[in-house]
Amino acid sequence: MDLYGFKIPRVAALLFWAALWEIVGQFELLLLFPPLSEVLFALPDVVTTSSFAEAARITVAAYLGGLALAVVLGIGLGMLMGLVKAADNLLNMWVNIFLSAPLSALVPVIMILFGMGMPTVVVTVFMFAVWIIALDTRAGVLHVSPSLIEMSRSFGASRWERFRIILLSAMPEILAGVRLGVIRGVKGVVIGQLLVSIIGVGALFSLYSQNFLMAHFWALILILFAFALTLADVIARLETRIEYYAGARA
Amino acid sequence: MNMPSTLHSTERSPVATTPEAVIEVRGVHKVYAGNITALQNIDLDFNRGEMTSLLGPSGCGKTTLLKIIAGLLKPTKGDVAVNGRPVAGPGPERAFVFQDFALMPWASVLRNAAFGLELQGVGKSEREDRARHYVNEVGLSGFEDKYPHELSGGMRQRVGLARALAVDADVLLMDEPFSAVDEQTRRKFQEDLIRLREIEKKTFILVTHSIEEAVYLSDRIVLLSPRPGRLNKIVTPEIDRSGDPDLIRRNPEYLDLIDDIWSGLRAYVE
Repeated sequence: MDLYGFKIPRVAALLFWAALWEIVGQFELLLLFPPLSEVLFALPDVVTTSSFAEAARITVAAYLGGLALAVVLGIGLGMLMGLVKAADNLLNMWVNIFLSAPLSALVPVIMILFGMGMPTVVVTVFMFAVWIIALDTRAGVLHVSPSLIEMSRSFGASRWERFRIILLSAMPEILAGVRLGVIRGVKGVVIGQLLVSIIGVGALFSLYSQNFLMAHFWALILILFAFALTLADVIARLETRIEYYAGARA
Repeated sequence: MNMPSTLHSTERSPVATTPEAVIEVRGVHKVYAGNITALQNIDLDFNRGEMTSLLGPSGCGKTTLLKIIAGLLKPTKGDVAVNGRPVAGPGPERAFVFQDFALMPWASVLRNAAFGLELQGVGKSEREDRARHYVNEVGLSGFEDKYPHELSGGMRQRVGLARALAVDADVLLMDEPFSAVDEQTRRKFQEDLIRLREIEKKTFILVTHSIEEAVYLSDRIVLLSPRPGRLNKIVTPEIDRSGDPDLIRRNPEYLDLIDDIWSGLRAYVE
């Protein structure tokens, strides 16, 4: 980053906004908006409570469960759409609708179907993550070079081996979809728990906001942001290891 | 300069038969959807140990014919026999070299070269030994652990060739193998192919749109005419390729034959 000819490390942007937050917070204009230092001091407070440990456990479990379902079914659905024209005609429109629909509006319906607990959150994570994974997998499968399939046929590949070639060829797109799914899944786990609001971080959020513990409230938000960004970063690293062959495909 | 003067060209009727045919093509028609006739009444034999080029302008169905021989496409009518047995699909006695290389980008050179053997269920150490031998033979030793994106186009096609050689098929089917490779690399590759033929003693069928390439490499050139693809003429250049491969390109008779073929083909282009 360059500013008036001076080289400034990228961290400076973060520090700038952190300082602004601190200063604005110090004016105590809004109850909702405590200074950053207060939020940071609340962090250990939040992390060490047993309700946080319980919330984290439920959140992580619901998140991973929903995400695992979304990855498996999303890749399966995308493969089906990419390989079978009829399935694509039947499903493509619906997958696109679900991808862009405001899924939060569906959570109350999910709640009625799955109850006020963990299953609702798992399904919410799944619904947030699965469609982008399916669409990216479909795109990947449609991009597989026809001559690679011909090659495997000409050397006598069985149906299963051809399927494996398609899966590996589509891997760059599949991983891109999974990375987006990972980020959307975090939205799903938070929104699901907020609406259910009696379990996980949703319960903590309502506890803090009802008791005007705004520093704690913000500390929890910081933790969630860090969680989502770390996960996305891990997947992005995995992607760069595989990405080289996205460009190398003819 | 010492010019080999053994170049002769003979023209025969479009149906050629010899007793030691390894591939027999009988009455093959191919009609694509929309009633486009790609191939019409093709009768052709390919002799063991020979290098035959299928040459013609685009749209003459030469790649279609090669893919029918490979078993990747089904003819609408007629049939193909390999070693006397009718073709129902791809088989281990034929190996294909692809125009766009068709390498697996996630696999190393060695694994790509061994892929045909892997599909045949050959054990890991044996298939790697055999693949290493052919990787070396096509001039890529030292690159075994590289990935396709780290290689030039010419080197990638060498991997494709090593993969086809490694399965030890009787017939190598090459679909415009040098068309995606730059000119200098192509010349070197063609020279190497002449040398490789002496070692490997296989039957080669080469699809090409380059007259020079066909004359330079092949024992027999099958000229196809376009829309619908039919046998036009069979030319057998008798070129002594044992000497310096560069001399062939300067031989006036080699150049004459190229001119002859070109004057026959130019009617289709104009």
